[in-house]
Amino acid sequence: MSFRMRTGFFLQTRTGCGSTTGPVSRVLKYCNSRSLAVVPQGGNTGLVGGSVPVFDEVIINMASMKNVVSFDKVSGILVCEAGCILENLISFLDNQGFVMPLDLGAKGSCQIGGNVSTNAGGLRLVRYGSLHGNVLGIEVVLANGDVLDMLGTLRKDNTGYDLKHLFIGSEGSLGIITKVSILTPPKLSSVNLAFLACKDYSSCQKLLLEAKRRLGEVLSAFEFLDNQSLDLVLNHLEGVRNPLPPSMHNFYALIETTGSDESYDKEKLEAFLLRSMEGGLISDGVLAQDINQASSFWRIREGVAEALMKAGAVYKYDLSLPVEKMYNLVEEMRIRLGDSSKVIGYGHLGDGNLHLNISTPQYDDMILAQIEPFVYEWTSKHRGSISAEHGLGLMKANKIFYSKSRESVQLMASIKKLMDPNGILNPYKVLPHSLSYS
Amino acid sequence: MKIMVAVKRVVDYAVKIRVKPDKTGLETHNVKMSMNPFCEIALEEALRIKESGLALEVVAVSMGPAQCVDTLRTGLAMGADRGIHVEATGALYPLSVAKLLKALVEVENPGLLILGKQAIDDDCNQTGQMVAGLLGWPQGTFASKVVLDKENQVATVDREVDGGLETLSLDLPAVITTDLRLNQPRYATLPNIMKAKSKVIKKLTPQELKVEIRSDLEVVQVTEPPKRKAGVIVSSVDELIDKLKNEAHVI
Repeated sequence: MSFRMRTGFFLQTRTGCGSTTGPVSRVLKYCNSRSLAVVPQGGNTGLVGGSVPVFDEVIINMASMKNVVSFDKVSGILVCEAGCILENLISFLDNQGFVMPLDLGAKGSCQIGGNVSTNAGGLRLVRYGSLHGNVLGIEVVLANGDVLDMLGTLRKDNTGYDLKHLFIGSEGSLGIITKVSILTPPKLSSVNLAFLACKDYSSCQKLLLEAKRRLGEVLSAFEFLDNQSLDLVLNHLEGVRNPLPPSMHNFYALIETTGSDESYDKEKLEAFLLRSMEGGLISDGVLAQDINQASSFWRIREGVAEALMKAGAVYKYDLSLPVEKMYNLVEEMRIRLGDSSKVIGYGHLGDGNLHLNISTPQYDDMILAQIEPFVYEWTSKHRGSISAEHGLGLMKANKIFYSKSRESVQLMASIKKLMDPNGILNPYKVLPHSLSYS
Repeated sequence: MKIMVAVKRVVDYAVKIRVKPDKTGLETHNVKMSMNPFCEIALEEALRIKESGLALEVVAVSMGPAQCVDTLRTGLAMGADRGIHVEATGALYPLSVAKLLKALVEVENPGLLILGKQAIDDDCNQTGQMVAGLLGWPQGTFASKVVLDKENQVATVDREVDGGLETLSLDLPAVITTDLRLNQPRYATLPNIMKAKSKVIKKLTPQELKVEIRSDLEVVQVTEPPKRKAGVIVSSVDELIDKLKNEAHVI
C-alpha cells in the first residue's frame, strides 16, 4: 500500500502558559471550527498506518509533552504526559523501584500516549494484563477542543460509564490523549530468562501449558519464534549470534520469570526446564547467566521486526488465534505461496497472539492477492481477531467485519459521529470507509 | 595438564551501580550479581584449550562470601570440571587473593593459571601480576590470543599494546590474564546445567591454606562521579554562537 504524503501542516505542541494541554485544545477547537482534519502522532512506531496523514491533515505531534507529572511511591501510580517515551518511563521507574506494566520492541521511540491510544500489548501482557486494566485514568482533548479530565488515580471507581475505555485503543479517532495515569507494579529483583529449542509446534504449546502450571506465580513472558524467524535475525542484524549452535531447531521459545527470590526462582525454573527436557518438550536450551546474556536473547525476539524491514518488502499480520491452531495458518500460507516468499511466524504464545509475516524481495500485487483475503477469512473462520495488538489504522480499517459484527461496528460509527461530528479526528482510520463517509 | 581459572562474583555488568549513602562502598544489597566478564573470557579460553585436547581438567576457583558458589555453578554449567570455593567474609584485596591462589596452585599443580585482566568492580588489574610474581612464573597479561604448544610446553600469547600487537612466548607453567577480544564466552546450556549439578565444589578457608588475610589498604571513601549537566537545544545558529561566546567562553 502506498500513502499519498501531501500534508502541508505540521504542528508540535509547545509548553503554553500553565497547562501543556492548552495548545492541543486550542488547535482542535480551531480545526473543528474550520473542519480541518487532524492526525495525532506519537513515536510513529505503529504498524498499520494509524499515524500516517492520508491527504491534507494537520499533524499534531505530541513529542513535547514529555514530563512526568507525579509518581506515588506507595501506590505505584504514575501520572505523565502523553509524549513520554516508553523507555524513559521505564528508566524513571527503575530508579524508583518500579516497572512499567508494558514493554515492547519499539520502547526506545514509542510514546505512552500512542501506547494507550492503540492499547499496545507487548511482551509482559501475559503477566500484567492489558492497558485496559493498568490505565487508571486519562486526560483527553475532544474534537471540539474540550478537555475531559478523567485523570483519576483510583483502582476502584464504579460511577457511571467508564469512559476512559472508549479512548484506550481508539487510535486517536475519538480524542487526543494528553495525560495518563497508570498503575505500575514494584520491580522484582530476580529475573531469569531461558532460550529454548522445541522440535515441533505441539511441543511449544505443551511447554506453555506446563509453564503456566508449574511456574505460575513467577512466569512473566512466554514468546516463540520459528526457525525462519531466527534465520532472518541472524542474517540481517549485526552482532546477533545463535544461542544454540550449531544446528537449527524448528521452534524456539523464550521463557522469562520474574520474582522476588533469586535462588528460589532460579531453582524452580531450572527444575522445570530439566523436567521438560527429560519429557522431550525441549530439545535444547540455554539459561542466561547475567543480564547481558538475557539482553542478547531478547534482542533476537525483539529484533525480528527490524530484521524483516531489512530483508525487503514485508506483509505483516497480527492475529489473535486459538493457540492450538495458531501455527496451522503459517504452514498453510507457506503451501499457498510456495517459494515466491518467506513466511515466518513468531509472537506472544502466552497470549495466543501470532505475528504472521511474509517477506518478499519487493511488493507484488500477485502475492498480496494470494495472502488477502485468505488470511482474514481463515482467522475469522477460527473466531480469531485480525488485529490482536496493532490496531486497524488505515491499512486494516476496512477489514473490521472479519472480527466484529455489523451491529457492533454500526454502534462504533454512531459513537464516532456523536463525539466527532465533523469527522476531523484521524479520518480514514479504524472504521470502514463505507461507514465513516455515510 | 590441568588449568586453573579464577572467577570473581561482581555486580552485574548491566546494573546501574549506586554508591552507599555513607560512602563506604557500593550498594550490593538486592543487586544482581554475576561472573566478572573478564573471568568468563578466562574460563572460556580454558575450556577451548581443554576441548582441543591440550588439557585434561579445568578447575574454577572463587573467593569470597557463601554466594560465590552461585558464580562457581555458572562456571561448572559452562563446562568447568570442578570448583573450589575459598570462603572469606571480609574484604579481599588483590594481594590476599594472589596469596590464596598461590596456595591453591601449590595444592593443585596446574600447568596454566588463567585470570581476567581485571574485575569490573574495583578495576585493580593486579591479581594476575601479583600471583605470577609470588609463584615466580612467567606472565602473559591482556591476552588477545593464546596458542599452546604441548610438546615444548610453551604458550604463545598475543597482547594488544599501545603501539600494536606484542607476541610473547612463555614457558609453562605460566599465568595468563585475558582481555576482551580473546574470545566470546559460551552460554550455559541445559544439558551442561544438568551435568553441573553432580560436579563437586570443594570448600576451603584461608586458615586451611595457611594464608593470613590482612590488608595494607584502607578504602577511605567511595563517591559517584559528578553528574553531567543536561544539554540544551538551541533554536538558531546565532543563539549557539552567543552561548559559545558568553556562556562557555570557548570562542
